[in-house]
Amino acid sequence: MYQIIKQILKTGIKTETPPQPDEAMRVNAQRLQQQILDMFGRALTIRHVDAGSCNGCELEIHAVNNAYYNIEGLGIKFVASPRHADMLLVTGPVSRHMETALKRTYDATPEPKLVVAVGDCARDGGIFGESYASCGGVANVVPVDVAVPGCPPTPNAILQGILTAISAQK
Amino acid sequence: MPITHPNLQLIPLAGAIPAWTGSIHAQDLTAICQNVRDGGGRLVALWGSDQRSMQQGFALHTLLMNENGLICLNLPLDENHPTHPDIRHIFPAANRMQRAVYDLLGIYAHEGGDHRKWMRHGAWHGGSFPLRKDFDAAQSRCDELDAYSFVKVEGIGVHEIPVGPVHAGIIEPGHFRFSILGEKVLRLEERLGYTHKGTEKRFESMTLQQGAKLAGRVSGDTTVAYAWAYAMAAEGIPGITPPDRALWLRALFLERERVACHLGDLGYLGNDVALSFGFAQFWILKEQVLRNNSALFGHRYLMDRIIPGGVAADLSAEGKRVIEQELAMLEREVRILRGIYEEHAGVQDRFIGAGRVEPQLAAQLGLCGLAGRASSQAWDTRVQFPCVPYDKLDVQMATYRNGDVAARVIVRFDELFESLRLQREILVNLMHGDELALPLEKLPGNGFGIGMVEGWRGEVMVAIHTDAQGNLARVHPHDPSWQNWPVLEHAVLDNIVPDFPLINKSFNLSYSGHDL
Repeated sequence: MYQIIKQILKTGIKTETPPQPDEAMRVNAQRLQQQILDMFGRALTIRHVDAGSCNGCELEIHAVNNAYYNIEGLGIKFVASPRHADMLLVTGPVSRHMETALKRTYDATPEPKLVVAVGDCARDGGIFGESYASCGGVANVVPVDVAVPGCPPTPNAILQGILTAISAQK
Repeated sequence: MPITHPNLQLIPLAGAIPAWTGSIHAQDLTAICQNVRDGGGRLVALWGSDQRSMQQGFALHTLLMNENGLICLNLPLDENHPTHPDIRHIFPAANRMQRAVYDLLGIYAHEGGDHRKWMRHGAWHGGSFPLRKDFDAAQSRCDELDAYSFVKVEGIGVHEIPVGPVHAGIIEPGHFRFSILGEKVLRLEERLGYTHKGTEKRFESMTLQQGAKLAGRVSGDTTVAYAWAYAMAAEGIPGITPPDRALWLRALFLERERVACHLGDLGYLGNDVALSFGFAQFWILKEQVLRNNSALFGHRYLMDRIIPGGVAADLSAEGKRVIEQELAMLEREVRILRGIYEEHAGVQDRFIGAGRVEPQLAAQLGLCGLAGRASSQAWDTRVQFPCVPYDKLDVQMATYRNGDVAARVIVRFDELFESLRLQREILVNLMHGDELALPLEKLPGNGFGIGMVEGWRGEVMVAIHTDAQGNLARVHPHDPSWQNWPVLEHAVLDNIVPDFPLINKSFNLSYSGHDL
């Protein structure tokens, strides 16, 4: 126990200032009403769905949870069920084999809900494109509010995408 | 010659890894496989190809490995009846590979019991095969739901827990069907293929350079190993060797990938046994490695830094100093954290004995890579077939024999420290002034090359076939997860359901690298 406490004290606080929202990422002009924003307040729950990614974007979504980006410190939490979620964070080109699962996850998420497509593949199919096995971007399967570019997007860009989705257009 | 058989003529393949190739007749396949198996060898990969445009029907490629190197057996198959002998009784790992070969190419094993589909769910019709050159995507499209006959376990008190494809954590999609009695797992059956996104077909419309980018996205967490294996396969076809400095930089990238992934896994393994301190600490260290990657090489995971012919990033003298400092910091911090993990009674109580794979079972099923080494399977490409620069680095293989979660944690720690040492050696020996890449625009026609690299998870293989014009006719990437997924089904037997996430994480297998 002594070692653990010593290590925690030595490490100190690593958390950095979060980025500002970026309107360039917004796909859907305004699905968001002020009352929805009020409802979400400063607590947001996210269900992540890998709809066919290479696992690259997942690495960065994990990183968003590390001490530097400390997403939970912003009141944002990843949850285990879409039924508990305000937002879906979707990665990958949507594989045909995940198409139904993604639609069902979307349907299981209560209104009001937001969808953030993470990464180049989720945005437009990326390097995998559309094919016999791939539906391409997430917007081809479920409505998308914000799309975050990058292969994979940096943790800051993902954070920015999430914050953009929950902030009203000025 | 790595093996001898009266009907087998082997030709050596040029390239960084010792490999031979030869054509065989159907009746000799099982005998040769048995011969390799009896000599302690293994099945690395199995794939098919459509060679009808060259009037050669189809072909089945079986890649074996023994202590001498790789042996690729090419079995030509009749265009109308592409069948081959079943080899799953010799190599159990061949089961899913054979089923995937059928789903994608219509080549099938003419014996054997398990003919369930594997890679195909309901996205294309059963009688159509995506990797055939005449595949018509629009005509073959299908919108069925996947129906898969899981093996049913019955008896008083037995019930099933279906999990996935959308999992409760931030992980890739797949389906696990548990049959349980009380809390104990009686049987686990995996259903994969959810992230099948047509990667292999995609290669066939790409140039060599575009293919390198795609290879780096077969499995995003293993981007360096795949990019290197792809480059190695490509460079073997014209028989070129990249500049020395490029090869040393590739090894630096590969070891940095290993360190980053092991740090991440060690953090999550702590988290899975409720020591969130471990997650916080290890992920701080991992983030520092990733930030250095970004600052020095331009990408946090080093994607697209290895290209056919060489590398696309260099290291400055200042960069060397940054890495040296980072290595010293990691050495110091990971030693402290290892001490904490080892002395923490709660952590060890969950680690020790969970998800055990005995060495004998590991050998029988072909468990490989990191998980294999934790069950006494002493295979490491960097040790057995060291290409430049590993031939000068004398890699110390980490092995352990307990085969449980604790053993896989120990192997990760040992490999992490060894990777730090290797990086230091590389920095010392990295020569200045060399060029970074040889020009490699296009491959020669009708070529075949193999690349194999020891990624952090295990051996990653890429095979490239070119057509008469030198275009990519068939590219097959193979992930060690193919071998290890079936072993996970055995590892969880008799464990309790709440230990599954921990056991699963201790293997940390790839879905995307398997589903392609």
